[in-house]
Formats: sequence, C-alpha cells, structure tokens
Amino acid sequence: MRIVVLTKPVPDPASGAERLGPDGRLDRAASPSVVNGNDEFALEAALKLIEAAGEGEVALLSMAPASAPETLRKALAMGATRGVLVTDPALEGSCAVSTAKVLAAALREMEFDLALAGVDASDGVGGSVPSAIAAHLGLPYLSYASKIEPDMASRTVRVRRISPTGYDLLEAPMPALIGCTQSLGEPRYPSLKGIMAARGKEIVTRSLADLGVDAATVGGAVATTRVLESHPPTARAATEVVRGTPDEGADRILAFLSERRVI
Amino acid sequence: MRAVTESTPPTYRLTEEQALLRDAVRILADERVAPRAAEIDRTGEFPQDLRELLAQQDILALPFPEAYGGLGGELLSLCLAIEQLSRACATTGLIVAVQELGSLPLLIAGSPEQQERWIPDLASGRKLIAFALTEAEAGSDVAAIRTTAVRDDDDYVLTGSKRFISHGSVADLISVFAVTDPGADRHARMSCFLVEVPTDGFSVARLEHKMGLRGSPTAELVFDRIRVPAANRIGDEGAGFDIAMRTFERSRPGIAAQAVGIAQGALEAATAYASDRRQFGKRIGDLQMVAAMLADMDAATEAARQLLYKACVEIDAGSPDAGRWSAMCKLVAGDAAMRVTTDAVQVLGGYGYIDEFPVERMMRDAKITQLYEGTQQIQRLVVARALLGRDG
Repeated sequence: MRIVVLTKPVPDPASGAERLGPDGRLDRAASPSVVNGNDEFALEAALKLIEAAGEGEVALLSMAPASAPETLRKALAMGATRGVLVTDPALEGSCAVSTAKVLAAALREMEFDLALAGVDASDGVGGSVPSAIAAHLGLPYLSYASKIEPDMASRTVRVRRISPTGYDLLEAPMPALIGCTQSLGEPRYPSLKGIMAARGKEIVTRSLADLGVDAATVGGAVATTRVLESHPPTARAATEVVRGTPDEGADRILAFLSERRVI
Repeated sequence: MRAVTESTPPTYRLTEEQALLRDAVRILADERVAPRAAEIDRTGEFPQDLRELLAQQDILALPFPEAYGGLGGELLSLCLAIEQLSRACATTGLIVAVQELGSLPLLIAGSPEQQERWIPDLASGRKLIAFALTEAEAGSDVAAIRTTAVRDDDDYVLTGSKRFISHGSVADLISVFAVTDPGADRHARMSCFLVEVPTDGFSVARLEHKMGLRGSPTAELVFDRIRVPAANRIGDEGAGFDIAMRTFERSRPGIAAQAVGIAQGALEAATAYASDRRQFGKRIGDLQMVAAMLADMDAATEAARQLLYKACVEIDAGSPDAGRWSAMCKLVAGDAAMRVTTDAVQVLGGYGYIDEFPVERMMRDAKITQLYEGTQQIQRLVVARALLGRDG
C-alpha cells in the first residue's frame, strides 16, 4: 500500500509568535515551524493503515521554503518512509490556487493508492487546497474523514465523513484523496528509535522547473488573494480561573453565579 | 536529488533531532515516571517496572553503538534523556546514568569480541551493569584501592570488597577495578575486569539507607576469591586507572544532567506553588523576596544546563580539555542542584518540609550530586590542575 501524506510546515501555534509582515502576509520567519496539526493526524492515520496491512510506505509531500527538511524530521521520526519537498524561490507568496496547482503537479509524478491531507492548515485556515488538488488530478475527494477503510483487493476505499447529523459513509475507487480530521486519532509521539532512524531517511527536493511548472504562473505576483486589513480579536474581559477540588470549585461557581444574580 | 536529513553541526541551539528526543523523554517522564516518584522514595524499592520501561522505550540503548543494538546517540542526547527523567525522579534518571557508567570501560577499552559479547544485552536493557571502583578506604583516593586480582592460569582470582556501588545488588555485570601489580607505580597498579554475577564467592554484604536517591540500591560488594576468566579483563594489565579516568570524562556529564534535571523539577514545583499560594493579598511569587529567589534559581539552573550541553559537545568532539569540561559541568550542576532545591523548600515554607510536596525529596536527592562520581572537591582539583598545569 502506498500512501502520500501532504504535510504543510506552519508557524507553531503553541509558540504564540505568529505575526503578519508589512504586506499583511504571514511572516514565516517569525516563529518556529512545525508540521500542520491536522496533517499529523493524517500521517498517523496513514501509519496505522500500513501497520494494519503489514506492508507499505508512507511518503510526505510538501511545498515549502528550503528550510523545511528540519520541520519534516518529526514526521519522518513518526514513521514516514521518505519525503518529497517542492521548493523554489519563485513560490514565495503563493495563494491557495497556485499551491494546489504545484502540489498536483508533484503528486502526479508519484505513485500512490491513497493521498491524505489535513482538512485545513492552522495558518491560513482556508481548507480549499486538498479538494483543488483532487480536481486537478481527477481524483475522488472524500472530505472530513473520521474513519478510513481501504480494501486493496477491490481497490476501493470507504470513508466515514463527519456531517452535522452524524456521519455519511462514502466509497470510492483508488487512487483517492482524503481530507483528514482529528477524529481519526491522536498522532503518536515518535519513539527514540524513530527519532534516530529519521537521520537516514531521504527528502528529495523538486523545483518548479523539475515539475514543468512555469514560474510566472505562481508566486506572490499572481496571487489571487490579497490581504486588505487585519485586526486582532477584541480583548476578553477579566476571567477568573477556578482551581481546587471539585467541591471547592462547585462552591466558587455557585457563589459567582449568585453574586451576579444568575441563580 | 540530495539527502538533506543529516544533523547540522553543533550550534548554540539543540538540533531538531535533539529537541525531539528531549521532548519524547519529557513526555514519558511526565506520564509514566512522575506518578511513581514519591512511592519509590517512600518504599526505597528499585523500580523494576521503570527499568523495563526505559529498556522498552530504547532509552537505555541511547549511548551504545548501533552495530550492537544501540541507538548510537551522542553524549548530549544521553544527557538530555537523563535530565528529563531526573526532573521527575532522580532514581530513574540514575538508571540510565549508571548503565552508561558501568559500560564505559567496555566501550572505551574493550576488545571487539568483548563488546560483541556484552553490549547487546546492555543496550537492550536485558542486563544491568554496575561500576565498582570505590572502597571503604579508597573514595577520592582512587589509586589506594586494595582489592586484588591474582593471575592463576586462565583466570584471575579477585579478593576484596567495594563500597557505595550503585545498582550493585541488581546488576548482572560489574566493572570491577582491582590491583594486579602492587609493586607498580600508583597509576599502573590496577586493572579492570568485567565480572558476571552471580558467581561463587560474590555476595552483597549490605545495602545502604541513604538520605536521598532512595529507590537506587547502593551496595557493599564482597569478592571472596572469585574466579574471573582472563578473557574478562578489559584493557591491558595496569591500564585500570587510566580507564577509570577516561570513564569519568564521559560519565560526569551524566551526573551533571541528573543534577540539572533535579534542579529543574524543583524550580517548576516552586514556581507553581508561588503562582498559586496567596498571602498578604497577592500571590507570593509577586513578593520581591520570593521573586528574587525564583529568578536566581532559574538562572543557576540554566547556567548549569548550558555548561553541560557545551561540555557534551566538546567531549564528543574529542577536545583535549575533556577532563576540564567534564569536571566543571559536574561541579556547577551539583552545586546548582543543591542550592535550587534548598531554595525550593524555602519558597514552599512549611509545606516544603513535608512529603505532601516533592521538594523535600528533591533536596535530599540533590545532595548526592555533590558527592558521587568525584566529590566537588575532586572536581575543583581537576579544574585547578587544568588551569595551572603541574609544578615544574
């Protein structure tokens, strides 16, 4: 079984250092880079699938600045076999449309039964790239997956898609692209053996020229979106954190509500 | 096409791999080790379950060569692991440190056959190893040991006793230092032997009741004419002192790592307390005398940590000043741990004195880092000698 997981390096949400540059775009140098959270859930799902099958490989595919390999190390340490990194100075400032086009071109060169991607990324929160890639490649796109069940014998895959009322059961032929949610299961922390083994794993780089993509059709100059303004969220009123035992907490909450005549 | 996953050269930041490793052990320490720490201290029982966990998680395999089932990690990686474990439980951190200490003679001076024979079991954690050099009358004065090893055909016959041997009662292998040539010069009298136990004539005479590190068995070992095959001698006859000194160069950072971990654990406990505890209408962390203590504790811990990390990198790079780096990082870290844990008890006030909070245990645990693997006074001698050179 061959699975490709699309992994996007993003500014670490936990660092609290995300900020915008003067052009209103994300300043990627301002904070440390990690693999997008939802993509880690996708990777975990992929690793579980090949473990269950007893064979297979999981390849990472990223479009990112040239410093990305260090960010991808954790994903390799979790158990991915190898990586493909599309990197090119001309890609800087690319919008979702360009990103989807470039990733589709890279994915077209790879052999896979399933391609997995997080449903959205924590920096842009656009959520449009996976389905756009599927459209470029004519792949079935199964979104918001909470469960993935491949059947290699019939070359089909079944997916539970989260819906407002529960879930839908979808089935599609392979190869297919699946949008992954956190319901698929908590990503493993890499083992020491995995961390040390990541040293020997290969990340191959591809440029726009390698992919046959015209640099003039991607990048900041032709971005289809532009940031006009941004505002920080309004500050919240002072909050009280209730600590202590459950009984103490209950007493404090009751007092709080009755002080405000809610109860 | 090129492979871009080689480790970057050492800089003043941890590499991504080292950070991942540190975080992996930290998570393990928080989830599996910390909940056991108070009980280990209270019962004084060696935590076999945590020993097995460390083996299963490949943490014990870190410092051993990949060819023998190890992970081929650098000294810094090992120290990162010891630091994170010791933050939660100093006894558990010591399991990793002693496994390395006991193995170092074999790694430094063992023949390929000896390494192939014993390292796989050590890397896998199937067997534990101890380091037996200290005697009742020979602590700091290492060259004064009296245990003898007399050649008899294909064996050596070892007679004597060792004191204060960490893991002495739970080890399957023991690196034992014994005098093979009493007439030789002080530093050429002794040799190193790998003793497999149990064996006829070997016994554990006592286990010490210690101030701290109570879950770690500290044993007096007796060798009553035990027979050790000559094939178990590590290095040449007379090379024992040199092997011991080269061992300490690599093992002292492990103790420094334990000390930094203990200090960090105490700092975190004190900071959490100072954030919650309110007196005089505010949290005590906002009272300047308490804030100043915490700041000094943080600075002392960080300084010890950075010196340790730098020392590891220098030692691994083959620095000719490895002895100085090793002694210095252990000296600074041990003193930092004692100071930080004492101050942590102070920050907690009366609560710091009772076992409902971990800082009293951490203070008791910290003291040993100023005593073993070379007292602070010995470390100072090493540093001064590096500074001044010898007379004439």
